[in-house]
Amino acid sequence: MQPVQTQSLSPHLRRLEAEGIAIIRETVASFRNPVLLYSIGKDSSVVLHLAMKAFAPGRIPFPLLHIATGWDFRDMLEFRDRRAAQLGARLIVHTNPDGLASGIGPLTHGSQVHMDVMGTQALRQALDIGGYDAALGGARRDEEKARAKERVFSHRAPGHVWEPRGQRPELWGLYNTRIAPGETMRVFPISNWTEFDVWDYIAAEQIPVVPLYFAAERPMLRRSGALIMRDDDRMPLNEGEQIERMWVRFRTMGDWPLTGAHESRAQTMEEVLQELRLSRVSERHGRLIDNDQEASMERKKREGYF
Amino acid sequence: MDGSTMSRGLLRVLTCGSVDDGKSTLIGRLLHDSQMIMDDTLAAITRDSRKHGTVGEEVDLALLVDGLEAERQQGITIDVAYRFFTTPRRSFIVADCPGHEQYTRNMATGASNSELAIILVDARKGLLTQTRRHSYICSLLGIRHVVLAVNKVDLVNFDQQVFDRIVGEYATFAAGLGFHTMVPIPVSGRFGDNVSTRSGNTPWYRGETLLEHLESVGVEEELTQIPFRFPVQWVNRPNQDFRGFSGTVASGAVAVGENIVVAASGVTSHVTRILGPAGDQKRAVAGEAVTICLADEVDVARGDVLAPIADRPAVADQLAAHLLWMDEEPMLPGRQYMMRIGNVWTSASVTSIKHRVDVTTLDHQSATRLSLNEIGLCNLSTAQRVAMDPYARNRLTGAFILVDRFTNRTSGCGMINFALRRATNVHHEHFLVDKAARATALHQKPMLLWFTGLSGSGKSTVAKLVEQALHRAGRHTYSLDGDNLRHGLNRDLGFTDQDRVENIRRVGEVAKLMVDAGLIVLASFISPFRAERQMVREMLGEGEFLEVFVDTPIEICMQRDVKGLYAKARRGEIANFTGVTSRYEPPGAADIVLDGGSSQPEALAQQVLEVVNRRLAAG
Repeated sequence: MQPVQTQSLSPHLRRLEAEGIAIIRETVASFRNPVLLYSIGKDSSVVLHLAMKAFAPGRIPFPLLHIATGWDFRDMLEFRDRRAAQLGARLIVHTNPDGLASGIGPLTHGSQVHMDVMGTQALRQALDIGGYDAALGGARRDEEKARAKERVFSHRAPGHVWEPRGQRPELWGLYNTRIAPGETMRVFPISNWTEFDVWDYIAAEQIPVVPLYFAAERPMLRRSGALIMRDDDRMPLNEGEQIERMWVRFRTMGDWPLTGAHESRAQTMEEVLQELRLSRVSERHGRLIDNDQEASMERKKREGYF
Repeated sequence: MDGSTMSRGLLRVLTCGSVDDGKSTLIGRLLHDSQMIMDDTLAAITRDSRKHGTVGEEVDLALLVDGLEAERQQGITIDVAYRFFTTPRRSFIVADCPGHEQYTRNMATGASNSELAIILVDARKGLLTQTRRHSYICSLLGIRHVVLAVNKVDLVNFDQQVFDRIVGEYATFAAGLGFHTMVPIPVSGRFGDNVSTRSGNTPWYRGETLLEHLESVGVEEELTQIPFRFPVQWVNRPNQDFRGFSGTVASGAVAVGENIVVAASGVTSHVTRILGPAGDQKRAVAGEAVTICLADEVDVARGDVLAPIADRPAVADQLAAHLLWMDEEPMLPGRQYMMRIGNVWTSASVTSIKHRVDVTTLDHQSATRLSLNEIGLCNLSTAQRVAMDPYARNRLTGAFILVDRFTNRTSGCGMINFALRRATNVHHEHFLVDKAARATALHQKPMLLWFTGLSGSGKSTVAKLVEQALHRAGRHTYSLDGDNLRHGLNRDLGFTDQDRVENIRRVGEVAKLMVDAGLIVLASFISPFRAERQMVREMLGEGEFLEVFVDTPIEICMQRDVKGLYAKARRGEIANFTGVTSRYEPPGAADIVLDGGSSQPEALAQQVLEVVNRRLAAG
């Protein structure tokens, strides 16, 4: 599939695009068995788009891996299957079978246990099962302080452990891709992009994204100061709670009980960009898992959370 | 943020300064003043300021950038962090580099990708050793634009004389560093003076604010004006009809129809097609990630460099470069490292250190090794001929990294001065009588038995027994050990780490010649380091090297102490004695392991002979 022809990229975006493509090619040239961690969000949609460009006119030479927690928005799953089919990409979906058997969920076990078992542990399982030595992901340095120091090629010791002191200096574009048996690499082609760059690029390249990013009238529930979209009836209503139909959109994707929406009327790409320009709240604000405790991202990263 | 207002594009900035110069606060101030800090983030650091902050009741802006838990507790920044901010005129990526002496490598990392450096000086302290060190590294890594931010001017009562004195001193020091612009600005990160708004406290300062300068400074290296270089990253061959070479244009430009040469092989062709991110394009310039198709079925692989026929890079296996060492394990000449240059991985070693640079005085000193954070001008030798340019001409084709072969750590980085010419003139002679012919004449398979172990472990004793048995069986053998090499070929070498490395390198080369002559060579050397044993293994052909580890506990070696050496070492009469004052790295996967503590030498020799005879029989 030939990418959309565009002339409208700014020099800044062109530079970021070229860097991303180079990093993805480097991964394929240097590793035996790479995989793309496809979270279905806007960031991994951009990485997927860059990968198509990197290998054109050929196809993407690695599979897509989605870690399904059992609490993904239904819209995301539909979008995922449609997109994979369109691109003819090989899609692997993994859910932690142990967690599934034990009935782990965010409502019964809390967000921390749920994300650890169904997110972090599931990812490790899937990487081990596939024997992947490199995993491409859509993390960005501007997302959170703990990520500001993340490498483009982030080394993981056996067991997927991230050691702050084991990370390698990255000079010029001369990435050190050498690993010993049992070690793996996480690779972040859009490390240097900001949230705005991502949207700017999505708009310019007309990259399809999950409809939840755009405002619509949705069945919403107010709980602990967050706006939750009740995507199925597994979430019982507490006394006094009720479902309201509200105009909202989501700024990040995740498990529906853990992802807060905000009120918005931004239904088009241009309206979303305009809203972002005026926003005074950071991107991760809507993620209920990050606020658990100070430095929680750093701890999660050490344990292997993506 | 539409295209027209972003006319100046992206600027990559490095910040460097010593601990407590207020670097994090200044960056926090830039982020804050350019409105990149969201309300919830500001609320979080306001809360944190009471817990970790160092400025009383104010919001500590440094907390915006001091990320990891560990460093917040220690109150220092321990790694390079990248920050992003955008003004209506320009986008910025700021590499925030720590000022601690031991983290020079992080500075180099940040500098390698930056176009401008902000060098912070605390107005109260003036220039420090670190200021000089950082400026030199910026210069060495090719940064040509510098801002001297004289910070904390509020603490010297906004005194112009203090500012002028620091600027004068710095200008003298930096005169030889090749900076194209050096702009001094008096600032206060804490209160914001001259950061994004002109300060009323420094009426004597008439220049731009820091932000104004960053927004307007022109740093465009004329990358498109220097010769075309295209390091091939990946060969794209999805089907029989398409074969293209993917990569990023390092410099210059190329257009469809132009002639090119594959640097290393000298094969020429012309460009038939260029595929960019948006499909076919006529031309590709520096920085673009493209796929290039050539007219002929030329042999091109990852690592090759495409260049104009009239202006090619040097192709050599010897080069002179400034090497900056980043590993706790020192660099020893002769030791093999993996080198990445462009998209080539090859093994390489330093053949000589011309001098070490004292980064404070810029004086040259003699050196036999480079330790962590040291910089030296070195000659290097690579296993493979590679394309290269001087770093001063081309930052991307003139740079390399060295990687430790065992830990895979990025151990050093290098900036090439020039390719050494002799490499291009020496060609390996191809003899008609080769190793196989000589081996056939001797009716044996040549090989090297490498006995390693502590002094007194019994290496030589076992090797002698093995050699006698082979000789009786009509084999052609030769023994190499300290006795016949240390007194002749290697008599100029002592027992420091670097001399031990060189000792083993020479033994390896001699053994290689003897194996080439068709002999079965028995070498008995303590050879304490894995890296050098591996180096010798790689000098020889597949299956020609047998590592024999004589594993005798040190207590038993000490008891035996045939030559009285352990006693002397323990009395301090011998420096660098393996097992006492110098380390021994046991092999991880020796071909033969001998239990030298409990078995008799004859039995051990028999164990070796069984393996050797099996190999000889296998042909």
